[in-house]
Amino acid sequence: MTRHLTSRRAGVLGLTAAVLVGTAACGSSGSTEPSGDGTGSDAGASGTYTWWDPYPQHTDGSDWADRVAVCGEEAGVTIERTAYDTTALTNQALLSAQEGTSPDIILLDNPAVSTLAETGMLTTMDELGFDTAAFDENLLAAGVMDGAAYGIPIGANTLALYYNQAILDEAGVDPASITDWASLTGALEQVDAAGSRGITFAGIGTEEGSFQFLPWFWGAGADLRELDSPEALAAVELWKGWLDEGYAPNSVINNSQNTTWEEFLTGEFAFVENGTWQVNSAAEADFEVGIVQIPAQDGGGAPAPTGGEFIVAPVQGDEARYDVTSQIVECMTTPDGLVETATTFAYYIPPTEEGQEALLEASPELEPWVEAVGDARGRTSDDLGTDYPVISEQLWTAVQNALSGAMTPQEALEQAQQNAEAATS
Amino acid sequence: MTSSPAAVGTASSAAGVAARRSAAPAGPRPPRRSTPSTQWAAVAFAAPLIVYLVVFYAYPLFRNIELSVHDYTIRAFVQGDAEFIGFEKYADVFASSAFPTALVNTALFTFVSIAFQYTIGLALAVFFQKSFRLSGVLRGMFLVPWLLPLIVSASTWSWMLNSDSGIINSVLQSFGIGQINWLTSPDFALTSVIIANIWLGIPFNLVILYSGLQNIPGELYEAASLDGATGWQQFWRITFPLLRPVSAITILLGLIYTLKVVDVIWIMTTGGPGNVSTTLAVWSYREAFGTGQPAFSPAAAVGNLLILIALVFGFVYLYLQRRQEES
Repeated sequence: MTRHLTSRRAGVLGLTAAVLVGTAACGSSGSTEPSGDGTGSDAGASGTYTWWDPYPQHTDGSDWADRVAVCGEEAGVTIERTAYDTTALTNQALLSAQEGTSPDIILLDNPAVSTLAETGMLTTMDELGFDTAAFDENLLAAGVMDGAAYGIPIGANTLALYYNQAILDEAGVDPASITDWASLTGALEQVDAAGSRGITFAGIGTEEGSFQFLPWFWGAGADLRELDSPEALAAVELWKGWLDEGYAPNSVINNSQNTTWEEFLTGEFAFVENGTWQVNSAAEADFEVGIVQIPAQDGGGAPAPTGGEFIVAPVQGDEARYDVTSQIVECMTTPDGLVETATTFAYYIPPTEEGQEALLEASPELEPWVEAVGDARGRTSDDLGTDYPVISEQLWTAVQNALSGAMTPQEALEQAQQNAEAATS
Repeated sequence: MTSSPAAVGTASSAAGVAARRSAAPAGPRPPRRSTPSTQWAAVAFAAPLIVYLVVFYAYPLFRNIELSVHDYTIRAFVQGDAEFIGFEKYADVFASSAFPTALVNTALFTFVSIAFQYTIGLALAVFFQKSFRLSGVLRGMFLVPWLLPLIVSASTWSWMLNSDSGIINSVLQSFGIGQINWLTSPDFALTSVIIANIWLGIPFNLVILYSGLQNIPGELYEAASLDGATGWQQFWRITFPLLRPVSAITILLGLIYTLKVVDVIWIMTTGGPGNVSTTLAVWSYREAFGTGQPAFSPAAAVGNLLILIALVFGFVYLYLQRRQEES
């Protein structure tokens, strides 16, 4: 309560100060032309902070927009929010940096953080004066380059296997028995024998394809720097084997994640690999849906790639702005705030332990997802940074070549490794 | 990107100045000054066109070439300090393992599409030349592929061609033909996108060739039938030769349109599986926008190659046209 009061008082003070400076600037601009103009625009800007996010579905007046506005008020400024779709946002951010008109805060898809950081347009969290200690290291890692954090996650999602309870019951498969690749393939065999389709996943030739393949790739112990390793081969052969046996439909080669989800909702498939964002849709399905974590080759949970947005702060000409920016970021990432974000966005798992505990109290059924996020790994982690998109393109190409039969898995991976090495060296 | 609005600004103010100057001496004036003022007026009239050409044609072309001879990494793009590397990106493109595939695919995609589009379009145009009941309606229906947004027609094709749940496979299966992986098999993916593209291109050929047919005088056919020419002979001796100029322009435009097709292929296969259905245009698009990391320089290099190829066909057309005029 007291905290709330002080922050509000600070807000009022800040606002008054802004107004005072504003009027002063207006008064002076008449007498001394050039310098007066400078202060005038600076003071005007300090009252308004710009905020970009990739959520055009949350329009003005929505809960999300209101929350952003409240965080601005608490820091004593007005936030001007603009929403772009995800791809457009990265391009807009690059253009604005080129023109020197970056916004104060951007919410950005996590693999794009290292791309923007590479351009030198982002401040580190240190420079911003924001402490990142509370955030889970594996989630934070996607935004870390050369030891410096360029952003913080506002929530994380990841992949798991959804299953259709009715089909598993009919085939006599206990989902709890799925602990490694062998038991999963065994389950698919049983389901197939019982006359249902086994599993569907997205092998499309875009980033989504790599995103879906990574849990198996990492689950075999493979490393993105070495695409032609025996572990990587094992992962490709697992998928290829499912296709050859007919456990997975041939159309997975061209499927996007949305398509696979639609296929699963028809009730014909026992399993689908999909993400946290489908939790609501799964609850509304015509059949009972459960989830298991994606197994690693030899048992245990496989590291799935993390999805979700980071808050980043582009470099500003006027460093005095960082103070307020940091306050806004703080406000968006309190434990309560993170849980609120989690529910606004169909179950985004909070990136701090405190936040996760608070979320589990509110919705205990999300336990498996919190575990999956705990095991998850950032795609740009391990200092891959901007090499990741290049490697990823080769990875999805190799998976497509192998699954379609254009090449053997071994050939496909060798070619991918050659191309990736050539492109990243 | 910043310089395009700036260019508009300066150019229009230049036009404004030009207009003002030519308007000022409108009253009584010494005759010797009339020559420069007419020149100014001429410039003022030409200015909008020149501005338009510079802003929308010359500048993008220049920018594309500039992108391809510099090393535009993401960092360089923002900082504006891309290193000049000459034709290194072009060398990379030629050396890439994707290049031969993309080149062969582009040739197959373009020539097979054009051959079928033209043949079917011409056949339909001749068919509709004899008006009969409902011929207008039927002809209108053939325009549907042209009117539909590409995202709709390409998505529909990709649903129909789906390996497991597509209507085409289920029809084939009822005739005892096993599952064909139209979009996901390396043997069929290119064929599938070509089929869809042929369907999309028929209306264009139909419309242009049909209007060409209207210009062939009817007496020729009357005279021919009096001489006892069969329908087949009439087509090869009258229709086809007289339609040659229209055919040439139809095929040239078709070539240029087809060379740069991205959307159909991207929506149906994203150039996959692997690179099986990747054409030069799709490759360029993928480099620039299809991965997490835009690589503008190689994308621009591939794009410039496409421009060159289109230019070659343009010159071939001009050459043929000149030869025809001479004869």
